[in-house]
Amino acid sequence: MKFILKYLKPFAKRMSFGFTIKVLGTVVELFLPYILSHILENVVLNGKIQDVVYWGLLMVACAGFACLFNVVANRMASKVARDFSEKVRKALFARMLQLSPAQVDRFTIPSLESRITTDTYNIHNFVAMMQRMGVRAPILLIGGAVITMIMDWYLSMVMLITMPIIFGIIYFISRKGVPLYTKVQQSVDKMVRVVREDVQGIRVIKALSKTDYEHRRYNEVNQSLVKDEKRAGIIMGSVNPVMTLLMNSGIVAVVALSASRVAGHKSDPETVIAFMQYFTLISMAMMVMSRMFVMFTKSAASANRIAEVMDAPEDLVVQDEKDYPPCNTAAHILFDNVDFSYLGKLNNLEDVSLELPKGGTLGIIGATGSGKSTLVKLLLRFYDVSEGAIYIKGRDIRTIPSEEFCAMFGTAMQYDFLYADTIFENIRFGRDLSRDQVEQAAKVAQAHDFITSFKDGYEHMLSSKATNISGGQKQRLLIARAIAGAPEILILDDSSSALDYKTDANLRKALNEHMKDTTIITVAQRVSSLKNCDLILVLDEGKIIGKGTHEELLETCPEYKEISDSQMGGAFVE
Amino acid sequence: MSRGNMGRDPRMENNPNKHAQGGKLGKKRTKDVLLRLGEYIMQQWPLFLVAIALTLLSNQLSLLGPMYSGEAIDAMSGSQGVDFEAVKLNVGKMLICYIGSAILAYAMAVLMIHLSQRIVYTMRKQLFEKLTTLPVNYFDTHPVGDIISRISYDIDTVNSSLSHDLVQVMTSIYTVLGSLIFMWQISKPMIAVFVITVPISILFTRYRSKKVRPLFSKRSQKLGELNGYAEEMLSGCRTIAAYGREEVIGERFNKRNTEAMDAYYAAEYYSATMGPSVNFINNLSISLVMILGGILYMFSQNGTVAETSLFFISLGGVAQFVQYSRKFAGPINEFANIIHEFQSAFSAAERVFRIIDEGPEPADVENALPLNNVEGEVIFRHVDFGYVPEKKILQDISVDVNPGQTIAIVGPTGAGKTTIINLLMRFYDVNSGTITVDGKEICNVKREDLRKAYTMVLQDTWLFQGSIYENIRYGKENATMEEVKAAAKAARIDSYIEHLPEGYDTILSDEGINISKGQRQLITIARALLSDSPMLILDEATSNVDSRTEMKIQEAMNELMKNRTCFVIAHRLSTIQNADCILVLQQGKITEKGNHEELINLGGFYSTLYNAQKE
Repeated sequence: MKFILKYLKPFAKRMSFGFTIKVLGTVVELFLPYILSHILENVVLNGKIQDVVYWGLLMVACAGFACLFNVVANRMASKVARDFSEKVRKALFARMLQLSPAQVDRFTIPSLESRITTDTYNIHNFVAMMQRMGVRAPILLIGGAVITMIMDWYLSMVMLITMPIIFGIIYFISRKGVPLYTKVQQSVDKMVRVVREDVQGIRVIKALSKTDYEHRRYNEVNQSLVKDEKRAGIIMGSVNPVMTLLMNSGIVAVVALSASRVAGHKSDPETVIAFMQYFTLISMAMMVMSRMFVMFTKSAASANRIAEVMDAPEDLVVQDEKDYPPCNTAAHILFDNVDFSYLGKLNNLEDVSLELPKGGTLGIIGATGSGKSTLVKLLLRFYDVSEGAIYIKGRDIRTIPSEEFCAMFGTAMQYDFLYADTIFENIRFGRDLSRDQVEQAAKVAQAHDFITSFKDGYEHMLSSKATNISGGQKQRLLIARAIAGAPEILILDDSSSALDYKTDANLRKALNEHMKDTTIITVAQRVSSLKNCDLILVLDEGKIIGKGTHEELLETCPEYKEISDSQMGGAFVE
Repeated sequence: MSRGNMGRDPRMENNPNKHAQGGKLGKKRTKDVLLRLGEYIMQQWPLFLVAIALTLLSNQLSLLGPMYSGEAIDAMSGSQGVDFEAVKLNVGKMLICYIGSAILAYAMAVLMIHLSQRIVYTMRKQLFEKLTTLPVNYFDTHPVGDIISRISYDIDTVNSSLSHDLVQVMTSIYTVLGSLIFMWQISKPMIAVFVITVPISILFTRYRSKKVRPLFSKRSQKLGELNGYAEEMLSGCRTIAAYGREEVIGERFNKRNTEAMDAYYAAEYYSATMGPSVNFINNLSISLVMILGGILYMFSQNGTVAETSLFFISLGGVAQFVQYSRKFAGPINEFANIIHEFQSAFSAAERVFRIIDEGPEPADVENALPLNNVEGEVIFRHVDFGYVPEKKILQDISVDVNPGQTIAIVGPTGAGKTTIINLLMRFYDVNSGTITVDGKEICNVKREDLRKAYTMVLQDTWLFQGSIYENIRYGKENATMEEVKAAAKAARIDSYIEHLPEGYDTILSDEGINISKGQRQLITIARALLSDSPMLILDEATSNVDSRTEMKIQEAMNELMKNRTCFVIAHRLSTIQNADCILVLQQGKITEKGNHEELINLGGFYSTLYNAQKE
């Protein structure tokens, strides 16, 4: 909840202005029962119809003002709520994009998604509702209490006694509620996961005729969600009846007590009537507040989930050169005895050292799970090395400001991110690139021909995740994106695996021609994609087991020779 | 979640339901949705009846409260002083009523939770089970996010409406009627006030909600677009980070954010007048009641109106009347809100029903033939196919495959290789021509039998959240741990699994654990190794596995392929070279057909490809 307050702070002025108007409106409304009792007590006894009408009209006027004030205040409140959520969402999204990959792994993407959608929506609702009702209800409550005190302090004591009991109970119930709703949220996550998985794997499920199995699997999560929702609902459902009962008991007590007071001429029936009016008003206010508590309970769980992301420690900060001194080297890229472990247990990379001059080409090959992609991820500083250091132009990459750092790279990764937009925009990717640059890049990436084969060419719309083009076409777009920014370092991580041999060969040729000054790192499983590289690394279980040119490795590295033979002898076709 | 204007899948243009996706609820549709929701409720009719009974009782009791309090006050203000006995009696009655009412109200709340959860459970179940029977085509054309938001968010909206609004409506109707009867008994003339104010209230609410409704649907649409965008961009957050595009993407997100919030504000701006205005009308009624009541009371006091007259009223009567008129006006105020919520619940329910109503995979034809003990003879005759009628993907495909043969399919990307697999498995049906298995036309056999006859390993590995053990034995539920381990060993993934802290019990999830694409593929190969289907489909089954590992699993693959009819799409020449028949597929047509030598000698596309890698 602290988090919400922090973001509401800048709106304090506007909110307090809105509150004031709301207070005015509510106070005016509070006068209504007062006037009512005045009519009953005094005006009616005078016997002048004129006076009754006069006072009645005053009530109408009060009601009118109350309405006007409330409309204005409500509008101001929605404005604050709008600005508040806009700001929170903006900050949250920006923060999410800055999370380090390790943090994203921890949160998981579906969970981040639900935090920026459902959870933000929950607290938005809460802020809007709190402003609307959160003022009216307490004022009706306090104002009602004050007026009843003035009218008859003795009877109002009854109310004062019930209040703390009610608040105590509400507090108790909502304390129980928060963990229950957190649990519900988790169950929802589980349910959603099964749906997501099954939608993605529908072919496999149908192929294996596993629909019954999946029905059972879904049924399990569905049932546990129902169970959790019931549990939370049954606890929270008690708030309303309990409150109503307590308030009504208060009314009963007032009536009971007032009998002897009327008999003792300390009070009169008219006052009791007005008193009960206030009591009803107050109990309605309490009702609203109980609803707010239920909402508060839900949104507190959401606010915590958002705050978790916002407060995640900043990872991968830019370090000072004092702590991470530059290294005197002519190499463009230098790995110096790098160790790395994802989980901090087993090393995923061990003792990796390499040097690459500017414009040089590096190929990385190795078995599945040998650490090829990990090496690339370290160079891109998705993760920080556990031991050793990586230098670019002699600077430890931990000391390079991220903007400068990102501008050095063009990356086409194994996981492909293409999104619902035009092909042009997917290549341009929000950068300041001209049409020419984009087309040139597409030509080098062997993508221009298939792009222009679409009726609308570069304006062709991709669907979400680019499901409307083939795997090979996706990869070529990704490569075009990587080279369009004319990077110093180009990384192609298994990014031409779906290309047929001829296209792949053409791509290599074009890259050599057009990207002479670019240092290129290629991760691949085909020897043919790598064999012309200046330097080839062979990785196995996180260690370098071979290093050199194609010819050297054929001599020195039996594993490499094995791979090469297997592919060259009876290599690949598509 | 609705996809943004930018997210339109080109293939969705041909969706026959498109016209219905506009989101506007016609009168007829509203009625349909209402009827169907009613059906769900009626399935739980015993609970529902009890809930109604409880509601009525509870409200009856709480309506009695003010009556007794009025009588108690009358007992205090009588001419002969305070009648303590009467006060005591009435206070006692009040207390009993309120306690009873509270107990019943809680019982009712619990009941409604059970009721609504049962309904929601059924809806979710139906929706999900429907999903699994939908043709694969549906998932190719509908974004996952949208499906998920229907099964979670939309059903949730229906749920809260059912559990909250339904009771509210029942309570409200009862309270309104009950209050009216009580007021009628107290003073008939004073009811005249409501003859004026209630129609004003109704007219105002109707006028407003008509104006606000389109604003609200715009609001949810914009919110959907925002959510869709966030979902899409978050899935690419690493790439965005690698390119340092956080700011640009953040700005684009914000544009949608601002749009969504502006739409929200536009709706709120108008609906903000609703509550206070209706409240004003209520206060107006009470003021009018007061004026009229005051005058009548005056006349009653000074004797102008006889005690037996219609116009006579006591002080307690005025008090009761005011209390009841508050009770009376309250629900009318609530109605304005509830109509709103109902509206959103309706459109949510409609979105849910739309999937439930979606045509499933066409049922097996009548007297569909069983397909047992498959030999594996597959024949294509003049098969034509296109995902959309205008664009043929496959044209005039004719192939004969004998049992146990291996067929390799080669061709440039987008030539239709994967489409052939889709037809074999009947994920899609041919437009014209026939495919037969063991001489039986596949559209005449039981779909389940047909699919069971194949084992499939795809490039897109699919693993679900569950242990590695569960994932491997997915195709053969009764497989023992030994069998699973043997399969993993053959797929060369056993030592990796054993190295994990939890071994075979390690839970796989999409994110979090570091398992490479190649390793995922090996797990799916292990899964396939456990199966004993007579036919096999390998669609780039080893594309993410390095060639050394592939060589190591070759033995297992050979074992897998032995005595089985195999359809193979692959890069690897070793597999293709030994195929009994190689099909070269270009632009949907078979351009070359034959074994390796034949095609090399032919000097066509295949030989060009083959020679290209020697450069």
